[in-house]
Amino acid sequence: MKLARWTLGIVGDLLVTAGLVLLLFVGWQLWFTDVTANRTQDATVSRLTQDFAKGQATTPGTETPKAVPFGSAFAIVRIPRFGADYARPVLEGTSRDILQDGIGHYDGTVLPGAVGNFAVAGHRTTYGRPFHDIDTLRTGDLIVVETKTAYSVYAVKRHEIVAPTDVQVVAPVPDKPGVKPTERWMTMTACHPKYSAAQRYVVFAQLVKTYPHADGLPAGTLTVPLSSSKKAA
Amino acid sequence: MLYAAIWRALPGPLVVRVLLAAVLVLAVVAVLFVWVFPRIAPLMPFNDNTVDPSAGVVAHVREV
Repeated sequence: MKLARWTLGIVGDLLVTAGLVLLLFVGWQLWFTDVTANRTQDATVSRLTQDFAKGQATTPGTETPKAVPFGSAFAIVRIPRFGADYARPVLEGTSRDILQDGIGHYDGTVLPGAVGNFAVAGHRTTYGRPFHDIDTLRTGDLIVVETKTAYSVYAVKRHEIVAPTDVQVVAPVPDKPGVKPTERWMTMTACHPKYSAAQRYVVFAQLVKTYPHADGLPAGTLTVPLSSSKKAA
Repeated sequence: MLYAAIWRALPGPLVVRVLLAAVLVLAVVAVLFVWVFPRIAPLMPFNDNTVDPSAGVVAHVREV
């Protein structure tokens, strides 16, 4: 009898402990990963900004872009719809570790501003959630990608919700794998619905204009758009 | 019972015991946050954001 009570007590304690650990895990995933990832990503953006400001090694357009090593940051994405202060680093590659440190650039897709598809992935929830508000993007919303040599300004065209296996969205011509690209696209992927990974929310944007880094962006490019704009079709 | 036993094992007056218990709890939380949870997170099904031919097939071992 005594042994039974003792065993029951221990099992009860273990169950309570398991419950607390699960709650802690939810707290860690939903809150703490944002705290640490935001700190890392903000630091990366600051470092890139300083690096970009350090003069141009070459004249834009005269240099073939070098392959970026996996995991290293090479661009800053600004999306006025996500807020005036929104700035996130883009890192080469889309592995789990890389996506915890910023937006990931799909290996094998072109660099910002080039003919083809500049495809990126980002977290919608947790780890700083750079694409948390991806579903608020509307047709015409601007996406500014800053690299050392240029600002590439894309405008949102449309969005799609697809299965996680639908890799044609990152094809050089989005949704048309095998077709030779003539236009300059950008594809953003994030999980959908929020807090799930059953589907992918995909936004397609097309290049509006590229400005040499030395010239800077025209005034008003980063103005936060009004919320009444039409929803991306 | 487990927690009662730990509480009884803590030495000193009440204030010291409360402080020691707090330190123990913080240590456990720190170990979980820094080492345990980051290793469990990749096994969770809600952290994938990429399109990938193998998505969902072996979601717990592949890279995103």
